[in-house]
Amino acid sequence: MTEKRAELDSIAQRYGCEPTALLQILREAQEIEGWLPPGTLSYLARLLGLPRARVEGVAGFYSFLHLERAGRYRVLFSDNITDRMAGNLELLERFCNSLWLEQGKVSEDDLVRVDTTSCTGMCDQGPAILVNGWAIPRMSPDRVDEIVELIRSRTEVETWPAELFLVEDNIRRRDILLGSSLEPGEAIRAAITPALRDGRIAISDPGPKATLEAIKRSNLRGRGGAGFSTGLKWEACRHAPGEMRYVVCNADEGEPGTFKDRVLLTRYADLVFEGMTVCAFVIGARKGFLYLRGEYQHLLAPLGEVLSRRRAEGLLGTGICGHAGFEFDIEIHLGAGAYVCGEESALIESLEGKRGVPRSRPPYPVTHGFLQRPTTVNNVETFCAAALIALRGGEWYRNIGTVKSAGTKILSISGDCAHPGIYEYPFGVEVGQILEDCGADRTQAVQVSGPSGTCIDTTEFERRIAFEDLPTAGAFMVFDESRDIFEVARNFTHFFAHESCGFCTPCRVGTTLLRNIMDKIHRGKGSQHELNQIFQLSQLLQSASHCGLGTTACNPLLDSIKRFRPAYERRLESLEFEPAFDLNGALERARAMAGRYDVCGHPGADT
Amino acid sequence: MRTPGGRHVNPDKTPATFLLDGEEVPFEPGQTVMQAVLAAGHYIPYLCYHPEFKPHGSCKVCIVEVNGRTAASCTMPAEAGMEVATRTDELVAGRQMLVQMLFVEGNHFCPSCEKSGNCLLQAVAYELGIMSAGLDHLFPNRPVDASHPEILLDFNRCILCELCVRASAEADGKNVFALSGRGITKHLIVNAESGRLADTDIAVTDKAMDVCPVGVILRKRVGFVVPIGERRFDGKPVSDQALENAPRRPAVRREGST
Repeated sequence: MTEKRAELDSIAQRYGCEPTALLQILREAQEIEGWLPPGTLSYLARLLGLPRARVEGVAGFYSFLHLERAGRYRVLFSDNITDRMAGNLELLERFCNSLWLEQGKVSEDDLVRVDTTSCTGMCDQGPAILVNGWAIPRMSPDRVDEIVELIRSRTEVETWPAELFLVEDNIRRRDILLGSSLEPGEAIRAAITPALRDGRIAISDPGPKATLEAIKRSNLRGRGGAGFSTGLKWEACRHAPGEMRYVVCNADEGEPGTFKDRVLLTRYADLVFEGMTVCAFVIGARKGFLYLRGEYQHLLAPLGEVLSRRRAEGLLGTGICGHAGFEFDIEIHLGAGAYVCGEESALIESLEGKRGVPRSRPPYPVTHGFLQRPTTVNNVETFCAAALIALRGGEWYRNIGTVKSAGTKILSISGDCAHPGIYEYPFGVEVGQILEDCGADRTQAVQVSGPSGTCIDTTEFERRIAFEDLPTAGAFMVFDESRDIFEVARNFTHFFAHESCGFCTPCRVGTTLLRNIMDKIHRGKGSQHELNQIFQLSQLLQSASHCGLGTTACNPLLDSIKRFRPAYERRLESLEFEPAFDLNGALERARAMAGRYDVCGHPGADT
Repeated sequence: MRTPGGRHVNPDKTPATFLLDGEEVPFEPGQTVMQAVLAAGHYIPYLCYHPEFKPHGSCKVCIVEVNGRTAASCTMPAEAGMEVATRTDELVAGRQMLVQMLFVEGNHFCPSCEKSGNCLLQAVAYELGIMSAGLDHLFPNRPVDASHPEILLDFNRCILCELCVRASAEADGKNVFALSGRGITKHLIVNAESGRLADTDIAVTDKAMDVCPVGVILRKRVGFVVPIGERRFDGKPVSDQALENAPRRPAVRREGST
């Protein structure tokens, strides 16, 4: 016990016993025993000077933190629709059978627990799993057997064969971003000395202002999906009153089907940090955070090394690139399994060590962000683009893509295609072109921008990837004619119900009701009544939800009913009302016990 | 010039107004739409709002349309010239469904509930003309906490309004209550390692004891002291009482008008 307390002391002290570091401290504290026992929470609450209930409330919010025994090996099968299509459930069953496990329950010897989790961002190399947070892609029956053996022999995860953890980048098409080869510091130097940039900017312009002008001129819009003007965001933050400002990079890439940020952070980490540093220079921030989703724990150490190297090279710290007074550093904050933290105000709450519940807006993060101070939150890809613009100018960038959507977009392509992976296109590219490039055949539908995006069918393959037509945060999931679009929508409905933060009534209850309705239809018990309820619930979720999660949660249902109605209707038992309670089914056990197989034992069976 | 609620209006300073279902309603700087509407003598149904605590807008029962967009009126700052609608078909249907959602989310058995007649959820449901749950019940498993000698916690009725959380933190300075879990598993917890109310520092005199709009936090041994028929909402609908209790002051700036 004293040994454990000493460990908790040292973890908390490393974070200065700061309540804002609560999530990081809880993550590390969990490493000690694989879960967070009640005594651990009480002790940490005392160390941090927080009410115990608040610590428990935070721990209870995140999927990867456990308030009950979770086993020495915690195995999570990614359960995105692309994992399903690649057979993840069969592999999970094989896993459970091999170890005599029931899904979701810890083995009696407290050795292992197996369950599913939301998309882990390995859709181009699924089915994927996480073992104690470490990603293992390309699961197969052989890999299941290998891992089962490693667990049986109680081999430490750290000593498992490195080959298991090998994650592919699968970069298939490069354009200005993926094709760039910046020297570390090049973009920052260009921001500090605009003369190094294209000749359009007068040399007399002071650095931050000129760089801001370049970003504004570029028409760069946020790559997280909403598409807000990056220049206006930076400008608002720069002019917001306050002493301290923050730059936050949103790498909480949770939208099922998206994995581009994983590749950017693996291969282009310098470019990401370069963009963040340029932003800090423009808005006057001294501190930055990279909020990395918990599923990408394997990137934490390499990214830390990049940061150390950049500090050594004078690209972070004080007097960056020899520019007196330019001081900036970046800290990495690891998430713990909560899709909603991709929403910028929820992300900030999480950064502050709280439950990841979106804030009421206004005020917006640019004026009241981290610790209520001016904060610029941008997507990983946005920062990369900003670094390129700092170097090559806004005019160059705005001439790429379409008038309303400048530049390029990186797509994460997965599903039914020969070459899943990362594709970078100038905005305006047609869906049909993309399908051809990735080797998709007999395509029935494409889910653009993930479950919260749009599902399109064959009649829409001439539509273009652009903010003015098909906006996207990057996911591009392909479904061929063999797929059942109803099951795709049902998978997404489960995702939203699992990821709702639970703050507001419409989303908390509505996403669960929608999930139950889809399951009822799946069981063949649905009727027209269920379809009507889907429409009623959707209308309420879209209008009354607190944040984007609730407003978009019904998109997959509405899209698929509109375009693939037969997939629903052939499942409906009747077009009349069907009760959720199945009397005959409920009596089955009683009949078996009583040996009653006569007609009277089947009430209502003939109706 | 209208002087709603008999409030004195400074003749030199004409108050700013917005349109409420086509009618001009004055407001003071810092007021939310809800506060201004109540002060003007109109009722908007609500559950998680309480005049003494900072609004957070989670139940969404107080939704209105502001310039065509749906918003929670309890957190929406009032602005001059905005057009607020409260009675569109969509809003009426939406409010009904939100209250129905809260009924199916928990286990609400009004006929056997001690809070029946004093319950805001029940009263708002009557106000909105809700006759049935309308949605499939979720029937959650929520054990009661009877550990405390004087207080019973029946989580089956919790609508997650966080009023007890806010009251305990803001008024009592204790943090007896908090929320844990996420989504549909979100639930009320108490500030004790054992998870039992008996091991917290709650007292029956706490503000948190009196703010629960439903029947979660109950005093023991006083059940049914007031008979059904003589309870808070038995005589008058909630819409009348909300107006009687309406706050007449702005939330942020309290000086200015009297």
